[in-house]
Amino acid sequence: MSRGQRDFLIWVATFLVMLAICIPGLWVVLSAFRPNGEILTKPAVWIPRDLSFDNFRAIFGLGDNVVGIPVGSYFWNSAVISVTSTVVAVTIGMSGGYAFARYRFPGKSSAFLWLMLSRTVPGIALSLPLFILWSWTGLIDTKLGVIIVYTAINVPFTIWLTEGFFRQVPRDLSEAAQIDGCTPWQAFWKVEFPLAKSGIASAAIFAFLTSWNEYALASQLTRSTDSKTLPVGLMDFTAQFTIDWAGMSAMAVIIIIPALILTFLVQKHLIAGLTFGGVKG
Amino acid sequence: MKRMRRYVRNNAVPLALLAPAVMIILVVVLLPLIFSFYTGFTNYRLIRPESLWDFIGLRNYARVLTDADFWAALWRTVLFLTVALNLEMLLGLCLALMVNRITWGQRTMRTIMMFPMMFSPILVGFQFKYMFNDTIGVVNNALQSLGLSQKAIPFLVDRWLAFGSIAFAEIWMSTSIFAILILAGLFAMPRDPIEAARVDGCTSWQVFRHITLPFLMPFIYIAMTIRSLDVARAYDIVDVMTGGGPAGRTELLWTLIARTAYDDARMGRANAMAYVSILLSIFFTWFFFRKLMAARQHLGAF
Repeated sequence: MSRGQRDFLIWVATFLVMLAICIPGLWVVLSAFRPNGEILTKPAVWIPRDLSFDNFRAIFGLGDNVVGIPVGSYFWNSAVISVTSTVVAVTIGMSGGYAFARYRFPGKSSAFLWLMLSRTVPGIALSLPLFILWSWTGLIDTKLGVIIVYTAINVPFTIWLTEGFFRQVPRDLSEAAQIDGCTPWQAFWKVEFPLAKSGIASAAIFAFLTSWNEYALASQLTRSTDSKTLPVGLMDFTAQFTIDWAGMSAMAVIIIIPALILTFLVQKHLIAGLTFGGVKG
Repeated sequence: MKRMRRYVRNNAVPLALLAPAVMIILVVVLLPLIFSFYTGFTNYRLIRPESLWDFIGLRNYARVLTDADFWAALWRTVLFLTVALNLEMLLGLCLALMVNRITWGQRTMRTIMMFPMMFSPILVGFQFKYMFNDTIGVVNNALQSLGLSQKAIPFLVDRWLAFGSIAFAEIWMSTSIFAILILAGLFAMPRDPIEAARVDGCTSWQVFRHITLPFLMPFIYIAMTIRSLDVARAYDIVDVMTGGGPAGRTELLWTLIARTAYDDARMGRANAMAYVSILLSIFFTWFFFRKLMAARQHLGAF
């Protein structure tokens, strides 16, 4: 077998594996456009006959058959909670990451380790005390309560990523800027921040996705349409006696689209950030 | 006190920069954990608030540690993690090696490979609950249409089939993290040692075993460390797919905690279990972090 043939075979095999990886997701996307009747039919209908946007209209309460689940409010809650907690977490995390990258102080490595360990606490284990404490303080079932929690769970990872990126920026640059008359504050925003910007952006997207996708904590800390997020709302469909597969699929598509776009945008930085943070320490 | 003040004065800038991060983690993670540690020693039930002061010492822990359901869930969790993490690592390694070999369309393949990473666990759970459903699931439909099976296979009802289905979902979701990081390792790999070994007459297996694999180990451990940070995400998948049922057959430690706390309203006992799960997570992370450090040192000695 020649080299060319072997390369071709590997290519075909890889392609098939990738296809297999995609099929489950694509099947859900396809189902989002099919009516429930066709999904439930026996024997199975393999070639879709009836594709439409009806399921999307239904879950947003626009079509003829309205689903009694306020997906619109869930979307709004998810957006507000994810964006706010990301902005706050990145601001806090960036300042912490800079401290770790640029300064030496006693107890630095153990501080770093403790911050990272705080991230290992399983969401469901953390939800128990938070559920009680948030009930006492009135933060339960509010967007603010969830935002505070998501900010905290995003901070350690943001610190880890930004620390790696700031360490890549040569220290001399900021020193040179300060000799030329910049204050340290100016030197940071004019020199170091622009150079680490792509890394910070990927940290932000990571934080956003964590918040957008989180379920274990949100499922206990939110109760009503005031604060329920999309992942928690998805379970509304199964709470009923019959499962509305088409509606759930449509909602799944709505949850996945922002994540899809954002991940495509940062895939390169994502890999860089994850690896050099760990390997070249 | 004096030493403390001097420490703060000498390191004012980094401490000020770190203060907000430390503060929010104290409030949202450490403080609640101290509270839940205390609750683990009380007979606290949500429906009787005054029971928070009902101190019962180690009785919760004794109950938990003698509870057959708890041990079953714990062993199932450990088995689940062992199976899932090992298969994810192996499949991720294969996938990365394959993608590394192809030259045409590699970027596209890499992007497709990351597809499952964009799915939240709750969606992965829903997706496979839908596919493995015994009446309308695509897997059963396909098997019946192809004549491979006459009856519907109860993927999410049978004990081991359900375990396998959940593990499948978990592996589908997380293999790409391994593949991506191992691929990054392959890209970063120096060419010279491999060519030198080839010239010296090593077979491709020997090259892989003694050069490629040791070089990839730190990357594998990074992936393991990152994964062990969020092994508890499996809770989301199980909660959607089976809810720990039927009859507790797919109960993992995390779903058992949720059931004890919120359905049975036994907060005290649930907190005792939660501490076991926290220790489990910390152990996994610490274990792989140690491995990562060791592998890194080994690499430095090259």
